[in-house]
Parts: sequence; C-alpha cells; structure tokens
Amino acid sequence: MTEMPIILPAIPEIFLAICGMGLMMVGVFASKERASSLVSILSILVLIVTIFLVVMMNKGEALAFNGLFVTDHFAVYMKLLVLIGSTVALIMSDGFVKRENMDRFEFPILIVFACVGMMMMVSANDLISLYIGLELQSLSLYVLAAMQRDNLRSTEAGLKYFVLGALSSGLLLYGCSMIYGFAGTTSFTTLAAELGGHDGHGSVGVVVGIVFLCAGLAFKISAVPFHMWAPDVYEGAPTPVTAFFAVAPKVAAIALFLRVLMEPFGGLVDEWRQVIIAISIASMLLGAFAAIAQTNIKRLMAYSSIGHVGYALVGIAAGTEAGVRGVLLYMTIYLVMTVGTFACILCMRRNGQMVENIDDLSGLSKTHPKIALALMIFMFSLAGVPPLAGFFGKLYVFLAAIEAELFTLAIIGVLSSVVGSFYYLRIIKIMYFDDERDAFDMPVGRSLSAIMTITSVATVLFFIILTPVLDGASLAAASLFSG
Amino acid sequence: MAVLNMEGLLREYLPILIFLALAIGISGAMFVASMVLANQRPDSEKLSAYECGFEAFDDARGRFDVRFYLVAILFIIFDLEVAFLFPWAISLGDIGVFGFWSMVMFLGILTIGFVYEWRKGALEWE
Repeated sequence: MTEMPIILPAIPEIFLAICGMGLMMVGVFASKERASSLVSILSILVLIVTIFLVVMMNKGEALAFNGLFVTDHFAVYMKLLVLIGSTVALIMSDGFVKRENMDRFEFPILIVFACVGMMMMVSANDLISLYIGLELQSLSLYVLAAMQRDNLRSTEAGLKYFVLGALSSGLLLYGCSMIYGFAGTTSFTTLAAELGGHDGHGSVGVVVGIVFLCAGLAFKISAVPFHMWAPDVYEGAPTPVTAFFAVAPKVAAIALFLRVLMEPFGGLVDEWRQVIIAISIASMLLGAFAAIAQTNIKRLMAYSSIGHVGYALVGIAAGTEAGVRGVLLYMTIYLVMTVGTFACILCMRRNGQMVENIDDLSGLSKTHPKIALALMIFMFSLAGVPPLAGFFGKLYVFLAAIEAELFTLAIIGVLSSVVGSFYYLRIIKIMYFDDERDAFDMPVGRSLSAIMTITSVATVLFFIILTPVLDGASLAAASLFSG
Repeated sequence: MAVLNMEGLLREYLPILIFLALAIGISGAMFVASMVLANQRPDSEKLSAYECGFEAFDDARGRFDVRFYLVAILFIIFDLEVAFLFPWAISLGDIGVFGFWSMVMFLGILTIGFVYEWRKGALEWE
C-alpha cells in the first residue's frame, strides 16, 4: 500500500476533477459579468475533451487504485452515454439560465462534479468506491435541484431530494455493511470469487445485504416503490436541470446496478432476480397508469421515466448477456428520446414565462409545425411504435426476457407499454387536433433547434445505426461477463 | 487464550483510563477550588453570557443571524481537516509516499474550497 498505485486508467476522471476545480478558480477570479458564460463554455469544452480521453483510454479491462477502480468496455460505453447526456444538457441550458436569472458559474461546475461522480460510479470495483462516487454525484444533484434559490418549488425539490436521498444512502450503506459482515470483503473481484463458488447460494446475511443494496440503488433510478421523489423533483427543479436528471444520473445508476448485480453477485442471480422482477413490474405499471392523470408535462416525463426504468429492469432481471445488451441499447435510445423531448419542453415559453402544462401544447401543429413534428416523433418513440428508436429498445429487452423464460414479466411489460402509449398519444392528439393557442416565444435559439433536429432524425433513422450501436453494446455486455 | 488476549487488550487501554481519571480529577478540583476559595459577588452582567454567543438556556425557536451558521459550517471543514492531519502525521512512516501525496491532494482540494469561499466573500462579516 505504500507505493504509488496505478492511476493511469482513471486519467479521464482525474482530468475532469482537476478541471472542475480549476473552473471554480476561473469562476471566482473572472469578472462577475463574464464568469457565468466563460465557465459554461469552458465546462462544455472540458466535457468534450473528457469524452475523447475516455475513447482514447479504451484498452480493454484495467484496474487502478489497488483494485478499487476498473475500466472496461462496459465502463467506456456507459461513460460515453453519461458524458454526452451531460454535455447536451449543459448546452440546452444556455438560454434558460440567462433568462431565468440562474446564470451563476456554479451551475456548470456542479454538472462537471456530478459527471466525475457518475464516472466513478460506472467504474466502481468496490463497495467503498461505489459509495464515494454515488455521494459525489448525489450531493451535486441536490444542489442543482435547488439552483433557483428564490423559487419556492425549486428549493422544495432540492430539500425533498436531499432528505430522501440521504435515506436511500442509509439503506445502501446498511446493505454494504451486511455484505461486508457476511462475506468479509468489499472488493467486487473477491466477492465474485467467493460467492460464485457456492453453486449460487449465498448466506442469508449476504442476500439481505443485496436486497438493501438494491433498495438504495432502486431509489437512485426512481424505480417503484422508491419513486416518490421523482415527480416532485422533476416538476420543481429548473427545466434544464430536470433534463439533466432524466438522462445522465439515471444512466449512471443503471450502469451501477448492472455492474453490482452481474459482477460480484452474478452467482446469486436466483436470489436477486425476484427483487428485480417485483420492482420492474411495479415500475412499469405505475409508470403507465399514474401518468394518465398528469397535467404538467415535467411531471408526466417523471412518470414516463419511472416506466422506462421498469422496462430497463426487465433486461437486468434476465441476468444474461443478451439482457445486459438490451439494457445498454435501451439506455442509449432513452437518452436520445429524453434529450429531444426536453429540448421541446424548453421551447415552451410564452410572454417570457416558461409554461409547463400539457394544455399549453394545444394546437401546436398550427403555430409551430416543426416543434410539433419533433415532439410527435419523440412521443411515438417513447410509446415504442416501430420503426422508431424506442421500439428497438423495448424489442431487445423483451427478447432477452423471453430467452431467459421470464414470460410473465415480458407479457406484463408489453401490456403496460400499451397502456402507456395512451398518454403519449394524448399529447399528439392535443398538439394536432385541439384548438390553437397563443404562439410560443420565438426564436428558440440555435442550440435548442439543433439538438431537436439531431435527436429527432436519430430517432426516426435509428434502424440505420442500429447495427454499430448494437455491436458496441454487445462488446460492453461481454466485458461485464468475462471477469 | 481468549481470556489472556482480552486482558492484554484491556491493559493497552490502561493509560487512557489513567488519563481519564486525571482529567476528571484535575478539572473537578479546579471547579471546587474556585467555588470554595474565590470571593463571589455576582451581578447581572457577570451572570449573563459573554459578549458574543447566545443565551445558553433560551427558546430554541429564536431567530439568529444566518452568518453564525455560515461561520460554523466553514469552521467544521477546517476542524475536520485537523482531525485528519493528526493520525496522518503519526502514521506517515507506515503509509509512505502514497499516504503523503494523498494528504497533499486532500489539502489542495481544501485550499481550492478555501479560496472559493474567500473570493465569494463568505469570510467577511459585513
């Protein structure tokens, strides 16, 4: 322990962390007027450089920091998703933060720090580094949710998120201590070796520990029954922050879920599978039924994301390489659709005020045909209508579930997906067949329209890039099972 | 064997017990001595809290300046830093180069935070 450990595989994280701190110094020493936009641009650049670093460092599996940290194809795939999602969320926030008096330079820096935490989560190879990454991410997110300090709902969202997040961290830590107590180690590599040898039967203590660990992680991905924070936080947080919440942390937490269940506890698949199936079914059903009554589009997106997490969990429940591949593909597609949808929501501005009700979209096809078209594409895709991207995501997780002989789960999934399409289609109906309302403020800004165009084209033409994405996902999934 | 080990363990804690007894004894002696020996002429000023700080026994719902809170939070950070530095300084021989640089990095991160709060004006009372 006294020599310097290997740190080379963690270069992207170290770079991002140092840059985050450097940006803090830039922010406080630059003049007050320029600090916000300067730090914002620099943060985007730093994130893009980190994306390149992650790609360049991709050399198969490597351990760092005495086995606390691991990079493999899986980590690289998930890190790219997280970083791309964060970068796009940051770019989208540009106009909003200036208008809504939120242009403090801490905003992009907090996103950068949250990214460091998420990359740590994805690469964690030990229960300790898992927790450190998770907390670094969560603490940044709590502050981000309360970023509009003088807005009552934003501060409420931040506080609620913080209190419930602390509770879930407690559950998670309790699970970790149970696992440590009964297995005698926190290292994923050792855990996998010890628990794999018992023909898939761990002691009761370890299983209880895994259940608590799952509960803590299920909170972070807002799976039922640990979802209650999501609608309030999504509604209360500033819209660009909600967009960020909906993509990056969710992808990172799913990655953590996958790694924890497949690597150290892969041998106990029969024990944890029932837990995952239960929360998956509950999430899909609640996501489908509770969203029907919503009138606020951000709240609706919260319930929609709960449902989508349920579908992703179907792939995890399969517990096979095909299942993991399905989840990876699902999260990729989910990222594209969600970013696009939030780009549309960020356009909903009337007389300088953000509007968030679904009724405000009424007759959008006449006033803003392009935004309406983009939003229609995303809604069809979220509902899973072929040949749009969302269909392929669902297809691969349900295929994996059927291969693993989880027929009930797959059938409930398909049925709840049918129920869920009701509220997606309702938005399309409101946009295309209801009376038109006052037009939204124009112009929406170049970056927003660019993001809307790119994501909607990607959603429509996803079948063209399906093969390369699927190859990447297969490689990533295989690396999770090789170790 | 186990009993022997237990005794050995307890013997290692003996100095702490002695320190504890000494600390309680000396501080108790000081209190008693000042109560017995000193002249006591209390007035309202002498009995009130010192010039800064709150009444010790007061309604907990009273308002106070948020700046007290800020100072307390900032104090905690540097207090914790010192709490880390003591064990680090003692075990430096065992943890080697890695231990040394880990702490230097931690101090560096803390310094960044300190510069940030300084430039943000959190240390100015007015």
